[in-house]
Amino acid sequence: MSKFRPVADFDGSIARAYTPLPVKFTKLRDDDYVLTNVAGEFLTLPHSDLKAFVEGDLRPSEPSYVELKARHFLTDDDSDVAFDLLALKLRTKLAALANFTGLHIFVTTLRCEHSCPYCQVSRANDDRREFDMSEETALKSLDLVFRSPSPAIKIEFQGGESLLNLPLIRFVIEEAKRRNVTEQRDLAFVIATNLAVLDDEALDLCLRHDVLISTSLDGPEDLHNRNRPRPGNDSHARAIAGIRRARAMLGHDRVGALMTTTAASLNRAREIIDEYIAQDFGGIVLRPLSPYGFAIKTKSYQSYDQSRWLKFYFEGLDYILDLNLAGFSFVEGYAAMVLRKMLTPFQPGYVDLRSPAGIAIGAIVYNYDGDVYASDESRMLAEMGDHSFRLGNVHRDSFEQLMLSEALLEPLESSFAESVPGCAWCAFEPWCGADPVFHHATQGDAVGKKPLSGFCDRNMAIFRGLITRMQDRPGVRAIFERWANQA
Amino acid sequence: MITLRGKGVSYDAPAQARGAATIRLVTDPGRPFPLRSREGFLVGSGEVPEGFGWYIVRSTWSERADLPGPLAKLSPQFDYLDDGDVVRLVPETGAIRVLHRRSTPYNSFLLTERCDNFCLMCSQPPRRVQDGWIADEIMEALPLIDRGAQEICFSGGEPTLLGDRFLNLVRGAKSYLPRTALHVLSNGRSFAQESLARKLAEIRHHDVMIGIPVYSDLPHLHDHVVQADGAFDETIRGILNLKRHSVRVEIRVVLHRLTIPRLTKLAEFLVRNLTFVDHVALMGLEMTGFTRANLDELWIDPVEYQAELEEAVGILDRANLRTSIYNSQLCLMDRSIWRFARRSISDWKQEYMPECEGCEIKSACGGFFSSAKLRYSRAIKPARQISSIND
Repeated sequence: MSKFRPVADFDGSIARAYTPLPVKFTKLRDDDYVLTNVAGEFLTLPHSDLKAFVEGDLRPSEPSYVELKARHFLTDDDSDVAFDLLALKLRTKLAALANFTGLHIFVTTLRCEHSCPYCQVSRANDDRREFDMSEETALKSLDLVFRSPSPAIKIEFQGGESLLNLPLIRFVIEEAKRRNVTEQRDLAFVIATNLAVLDDEALDLCLRHDVLISTSLDGPEDLHNRNRPRPGNDSHARAIAGIRRARAMLGHDRVGALMTTTAASLNRAREIIDEYIAQDFGGIVLRPLSPYGFAIKTKSYQSYDQSRWLKFYFEGLDYILDLNLAGFSFVEGYAAMVLRKMLTPFQPGYVDLRSPAGIAIGAIVYNYDGDVYASDESRMLAEMGDHSFRLGNVHRDSFEQLMLSEALLEPLESSFAESVPGCAWCAFEPWCGADPVFHHATQGDAVGKKPLSGFCDRNMAIFRGLITRMQDRPGVRAIFERWANQA
Repeated sequence: MITLRGKGVSYDAPAQARGAATIRLVTDPGRPFPLRSREGFLVGSGEVPEGFGWYIVRSTWSERADLPGPLAKLSPQFDYLDDGDVVRLVPETGAIRVLHRRSTPYNSFLLTERCDNFCLMCSQPPRRVQDGWIADEIMEALPLIDRGAQEICFSGGEPTLLGDRFLNLVRGAKSYLPRTALHVLSNGRSFAQESLARKLAEIRHHDVMIGIPVYSDLPHLHDHVVQADGAFDETIRGILNLKRHSVRVEIRVVLHRLTIPRLTKLAEFLVRNLTFVDHVALMGLEMTGFTRANLDELWIDPVEYQAELEEAVGILDRANLRTSIYNSQLCLMDRSIWRFARRSISDWKQEYMPECEGCEIKSACGGFFSSAKLRYSRAIKPARQISSIND
């Protein structure tokens, strides 16, 4: 007899019935179902295999048996290390929660020389300083910033046009760095600006303090200028000139751009992407229009429906995939963020698709007047007169009062997707999140009814769209893996 | 091919009287006197200074005047020995064991022949022997090794079966070789005991990596390859414990007929579950040890698994896992994965085949284990440099 034993000797899978591990499933298309485990690993199975699996009838000899076993959807007598690995993956997925708030948004002023119809919060650019943040407010806000236990702190300046209050930006940066000598956080700064008023003084400040620039680029010149009117109708030209200057001074990768989708954008996905390629960006985030502020007031939110936006999104995504398959690397950022959840054990830094929601514990907003909001969208809602997500004011309230306020805790507690009706049994839940502010704004309730939710609709369609593209087009999986793993 | 241990060394009467010893060989006649009694002087054409503990002469040495101390005359296969090498002299049996060669970056110490796995393709088949003396011998050798050595390796058998003596050897490597990397080849199972992982971490070795094989994402397939029930679970728990204590871990996968079918799934498993490991090595099969006995079960022509290899490397690389291909030949690989191929075969094992004649990339290629003569890919052919932009 050989001193080596055959493989069957080691296969304990037939010794006893298997134990299914926590699993959720949702129909993908036709006969295909998506299964996810608690760590967000997924598998697609035909209905017959799914049925056999959940009824305890799947045989170890079936190909789907080993795939379910390898991805920790079931255990059998062979091995119980799946529990250790699942626990570790779940911990990894939730680890960022312990860090608490990492992104701190300072609204330096509401003044702006643009008058974009979709903008939620800006005021005409006159010389009145009543919409500027004061140094006193900034100091109080910084006290709160450093109360966050997060080892990484990012301070982002927003407006209005944030650069119209450059002295305050300088004041906050210098004061934050002074405090950080003892705080020792990983401290970073971002200025969100339309670049129209960029000058050497601002660039010099950015260079000195490694500040990232985040700007707006809505697409080709005519579309951009139509979306973003300003005196002289030269927003696009100024943005492009600003991008070039900032890159030359700070470095190519120190300048990012975001686009806003409007009704006028919907037929122009390719042109918008081409504009980003022409301006030498490595990717684009194809963003939905947010329902807040002027966007709702002017009815521009209702001016196109979800399915029209999804058509725009997938047209853009498929164009980007064509480019990648032909050898040109270019990333769609929203997909990349979702794919990080689907294809890696890690979580993206993005705060808008988290469970529990990222309100205040992912990102928090210090408004020009000292009011503290749970998110950027919360202050936009407030500009429409709804102060539901105002946590308090830096001059009146302590860190504890703000973070333990009902305005925060209640929506936060209802934002655990794992326990929300409609989400709890959805296969996409491990990749999804909760957006209590959106649901409050659109349905008057932080949880909302998911079948009526544009948030749910949109994300479900994207999850499905990403999986089917991986199934249908050879080469897409590899591209998606690359996107998912870029930091 | 270089011989590292053997007999046929003739020791003279004073050497016999001195008995066994672990010594460093030197060629410098001007060595300081306090060191000479513990060193072996490699006799060359020049002067023969006094005071050395041993005098080592090559097989070609023609006897002339008496040497001023105990003499060992090497058999021809050891004529390569040179300055800085560390050897164990065993006059009683006429044996010599080469423990460290200064001129090579690859120096491996076999810590024990015992192992709790029984891998189908083991290149160093385990034996149930009491071989604790090996650890003592290595402990003696560590202080003699050139402090400029780049890397040493502890292998086996399963080194961790030595328990505290294994930890002591790691301590020794840290203490005597403070700038030398330490690579430990282990099956990882012992580290399922968290205390061992913790103790290893507490040594705070400056540059240690534990190389641990994982052969499948399916437990029973791994257990079959290593011929041990429950090995997969222990190995995975061992890896988790090591990383829990911030010890660096390398995953080693041998490519053969039993591991190739799940190779891409294994890559996905690693990316998903063990993404924090520090290196993944995908290694061609070595035609030695048990592999010869199980060749029919294990052999697959590497040219037939290149698609799986390319896919697995891609999955690992895209997930930012540092990945290398060992023991494989460039002419079989798609150029897109050449950058992952390393020249990994120890110089004393590395050879080329007749088909390699005229190959322009030989110097970049890992070549073959000398044992590969038994069987190697039918697709080996001389390759050209990238000769045109479109190539």
